[in-house]
Amino acid sequence: MSNDAKFDQYRRRFLGSAATAVTGLAVAPGVMLHQVAHARSADQPVSSDVRWGMLIDTNKCGKGCNACVSACNEEHGLSGHGRPESDAQWIRKVELRDRQTGNTQSLPLLCQHCEKPPCVDVCPTGASFKRADGIVLVDKHICIGCRYCMMACPYKARSFIHEDLQDQLPHAPRGKGTVESCTFCVHRVDNGGTPACVEACTAENHNAMVFGDMNDPDSEISQQLEKYSSRQIRADLQLNTGVRYRGI
Amino acid sequence: MRKLCLPVLAICLFALLPLRTVLAGDGLFPEVPKAKARYSETQECVEPLADMRKNHMEYILHQRDATVHEGIRTKQHSLTECINCHVSDAPDAPRYSSEQHFCNSCHSFAAVRIDCFQCHADRPVKSGSRTAPASSSGTREYRQDAAGAQFMEQLQALVSGGGNDE
Repeated sequence: MSNDAKFDQYRRRFLGSAATAVTGLAVAPGVMLHQVAHARSADQPVSSDVRWGMLIDTNKCGKGCNACVSACNEEHGLSGHGRPESDAQWIRKVELRDRQTGNTQSLPLLCQHCEKPPCVDVCPTGASFKRADGIVLVDKHICIGCRYCMMACPYKARSFIHEDLQDQLPHAPRGKGTVESCTFCVHRVDNGGTPACVEACTAENHNAMVFGDMNDPDSEISQQLEKYSSRQIRADLQLNTGVRYRGI
Repeated sequence: MRKLCLPVLAICLFALLPLRTVLAGDGLFPEVPKAKARYSETQECVEPLADMRKNHMEYILHQRDATVHEGIRTKQHSLTECINCHVSDAPDAPRYSSEQHFCNSCHSFAAVRIDCFQCHADRPVKSGSRTAPASSSGTREYRQDAAGAQFMEQLQALVSGGGNDE
């Protein structure tokens, strides 16, 4: 055996054992991270160990109930000008009617927080981005208001701010010339809370919305997703949405 | 001659120092509103004062990216906390447009134009003091454009006889 070949052999053996050692080390902290993720302290960055998601049961969703929409508007200070063509809409109620039977269903539609978001693909500046924990956001500091993302979104979930705003809330900065959409109430979620719409739905005793970590097998949302059949809207696009629906 | 120059200049500058305090009330130097609290026993602001005067924008910029992209919500360099400590929460407290506002008191003096407060709150907002926006109720329909109509059709297909196979 030449010296070179021998050296190669040693090197492979060494790399092999090193890799095993690293794997052994990596698994244990990984497990710990997963547990810590729920009680993330304020100075810890979000991690992909968590994927936030929402499950909406359309059978429980009240027809004519608008609690989630009002709660969202109030939480983020979304005041309209009475012009539905251009007013911001982060969440809307939609009525679907089966033309054959006449049965109607009601459901809220919001940003679906896709795993592969088309809005992020088309953004020319990087303003539209997905956080490590799956929440799709607009960094309005970078947004130039081109609205490509609004066209790319299959759910029409984004809004553009056309007019000057005043008296925005500290946790929901918004301004003219930028695009915005549902943030899963990221300011609440980062502090261990749940989105305002979910809270409002629960307060109305409809309990149609469940929010939680889809990566955590013990979370309520994961258990419900496992137990009941659910759908993604436009699943044919294979975006792997973070918002799932039951009953449609 | 040159050797004399420096001490003379230094003496002149010292002589001007009390003048600065006298002039402060006359609008030559900015009148910066006092903060509500100290950061710690030993420190007035979140970083030493001289550092803050020079570099506050760097701290805020860094915190901005950490918060938006990584969800880091520490309070030390947060713009919201700056406002909470430096701006009065009285209903008639000066807004950013006024030179009485903490940020603008200096920015107008230094001829700096910022756009932070086109989006961010320029005064503290106490939780619970929010007023419900004008059009907070009423179902919001999809916009009546072609894309909205097309999406509604796709949604409708979910419940009307078959829909997508998923």
